[in-house]
Amino acid sequence: MSEKIGEVIEASTGQFVAECYELHSPPPLGSLVKTSDSDVEIYGVVCNAATESVDPGRRPIARGKEEATEEGIYRQHPQLSKLLRTTFDILVIGHAQGDELYHYLPPHPSRVHSFVYLCETDEVRRFTQSLDFLPILLGTKAVAVDEIASACLRQASCAHDDKRTFLVKAGKEVAVLLSGDLNRLNAILRRIRA
Amino acid sequence: MNEATPQGKRLGIVVGGSLTEGINVKLDSATPIEEMAVGRYVVIEGQKCRFFGMISDVTLGATNQQLTITPPDVSDPFIAEVIAGTGTYGVIHVGLRLTLSGDAMSILQGPQPVKTVPAHFSMVREASEADIERVFGQEDEKHFYVGTPLDMETKVCLDIPEFVKRSNGIFGKSGTGKTFFTRLLLIGMVQKKAAANLIFDMHNEYGWQVQSEEKRFVKGLKQLFPSKVAVFTLDEDSARRRGLSADYIVEIGSDEIEPEDIELLRETLNLTQPAVEAVYQFSRHFGEKRWLETFLKLDEAADIKDLLDKLSVHESSYRNLRRGLAKLSRLHFLVPHARENSVQRILEYLDRGINVVLEFGRYDDLTAYVLVANILTRRIYDKYRERKEAARGDEKAEPYPLVITIEEAHKFLNPAVSEQTIFGKIAREMRKYNVTLLVIDQRPSGIDDEVMSQLGTKVAYLLDNEKDIDSVLMGTSGKSELKTVLAKLEARQQALIFGHALPMPVVVKTREYGSAESYREFGFRDAAELKRKAEEDIKGLF
Repeated sequence: MSEKIGEVIEASTGQFVAECYELHSPPPLGSLVKTSDSDVEIYGVVCNAATESVDPGRRPIARGKEEATEEGIYRQHPQLSKLLRTTFDILVIGHAQGDELYHYLPPHPSRVHSFVYLCETDEVRRFTQSLDFLPILLGTKAVAVDEIASACLRQASCAHDDKRTFLVKAGKEVAVLLSGDLNRLNAILRRIRA
Repeated sequence: MNEATPQGKRLGIVVGGSLTEGINVKLDSATPIEEMAVGRYVVIEGQKCRFFGMISDVTLGATNQQLTITPPDVSDPFIAEVIAGTGTYGVIHVGLRLTLSGDAMSILQGPQPVKTVPAHFSMVREASEADIERVFGQEDEKHFYVGTPLDMETKVCLDIPEFVKRSNGIFGKSGTGKTFFTRLLLIGMVQKKAAANLIFDMHNEYGWQVQSEEKRFVKGLKQLFPSKVAVFTLDEDSARRRGLSADYIVEIGSDEIEPEDIELLRETLNLTQPAVEAVYQFSRHFGEKRWLETFLKLDEAADIKDLLDKLSVHESSYRNLRRGLAKLSRLHFLVPHARENSVQRILEYLDRGINVVLEFGRYDDLTAYVLVANILTRRIYDKYRERKEAARGDEKAEPYPLVITIEEAHKFLNPAVSEQTIFGKIAREMRKYNVTLLVIDQRPSGIDDEVMSQLGTKVAYLLDNEKDIDSVLMGTSGKSELKTVLAKLEARQQALIFGHALPMPVVVKTREYGSAESYREFGFRDAAELKRKAEEDIKGLF
């Protein structure tokens, strides 16, 4: 069973936001996570993570002037871990129904409070057998979209036995999609080179 | 992606083109572009039929022009591998040659000429050995193996009976392998019993052994097929020096020389046009049979002014003619009256299906060659014509097909003389009288266009003169593609063969000739082997 890492707190068809159960422990950028909407499992890529105050009106203040270590601050102020929270944004790239995988958007968004799991190696390998999700990933309006795409491919390559072959295949796919934008292509290729 | 099926490796897909211009094929990224040599065969799997084509050009493409201006960091093998086939790609240009549709009827009929093109994105693969075999046939009683396609082991075979039905040509620069290929073809014709050959062997290369450029002795036809080849010579001494006992010594009577023969020699004898015209006057005056002998005997000192006036020949023309014809008196095979009828002798041999090599010995200048070849061929052709007409369509009574091999063909077939010589006539009238030519030449541009266009099968070795290339390819479909192929041939042993006896043009590495193994393949057994065989036969008897 995959590891449960958080819960959906905001959901739309193409993107959702989840809150981590552990403060400061979001899944790595570009990793594959999943959540479910009844019998549909929704797959997404972590595209952003943030830690902020639970109450948007109250910004955290600096407290460590007298402390020797950073851990000391949390020890002295145990309430802090309750006043802060870590959230992460997920870009939806596919879904599964029964045993079938689909590399396009699901019919419905996930429900709020659905659990979010980090996908295990086998699952990552299975999902990234096809690279049909790359157009969604490269076409998103996120800020550092190329960073996210490269991080995702780097992460996914670790799940494959032949890392290089996977990256070459992915690189070729990216090269076709970005044939009109060489600067972006070069940036991604430099970030994923094996 | 690039699975090696028994059908041959996948190369790429069709992306455009036309029937006349050829098809463009985008190579898969895994296909190494450097292996795509011009002249290689590919097969395109269309929806209903299969197309055979030949690579005629290879180009490099890029999806984005910017890529060529600011190239990516290809020193990194990863980036280089990704870019190959995506951002940059190779395109091969394929000239379509044949189709083979899948239904039973067309399998029986064999490959057909192309009339359409494969659809977009049809799969293109290397032609496998089986594909080549289906197109060029296997070695059998009709097909003779002449060489292998580039980078392949399959045999390319010529349909010899079809081949001899038309006049054919072998062209190429000196030293490219014309003589070797001619020997091969002659062996093919001897082996397949498709025709009798009469070879005008200017440099004594075909009958008996000669030294190759690698200083190796290669056997002549007479040595390989002693019972099927006879060597005639004009120069007995030369034959004896080379250890050959000729079957017949040819003599030409000066009474056999006609004014037309002199006209053909105009260039080699350096005669002026009025001098040539004077020949006709002398011939009329002295009589057809005796004119040359009498003319050569005319006393230099004697006053012949009256004679010249009578014949209205200018004295300078007479001098010119005299100087020219004096060269003929140096030809020792030329006698006032030949003891035997050489033409009759040659015909006797040819009728028995024995091939005749006529060696010129030391008379390897053009005067002797043009004169003798023309005189003999004219007579032989006349006889064939008589017999063919007498046969009146009765196939059994028809004369056995004859192939006449001539070298330096442009001397007989250049536009100025091809109208008059018997060779021009044979080349043009083709096989009506069962006589065809095998012309060998290094300057095909010197041959009359009309004759060139009548040649059935052409074998072209490397040619680098633009005019020669154009003249060889004249009237061939897909000329521009073949031109690239022809100009890129290797200097030796590679030839482009196209025309009547082959379903499509092919570049071959010509079959080996000269090793003991190659002789065995031609059916030749050396003395030791024959002795062993005889001993075995004797044992079998008792």
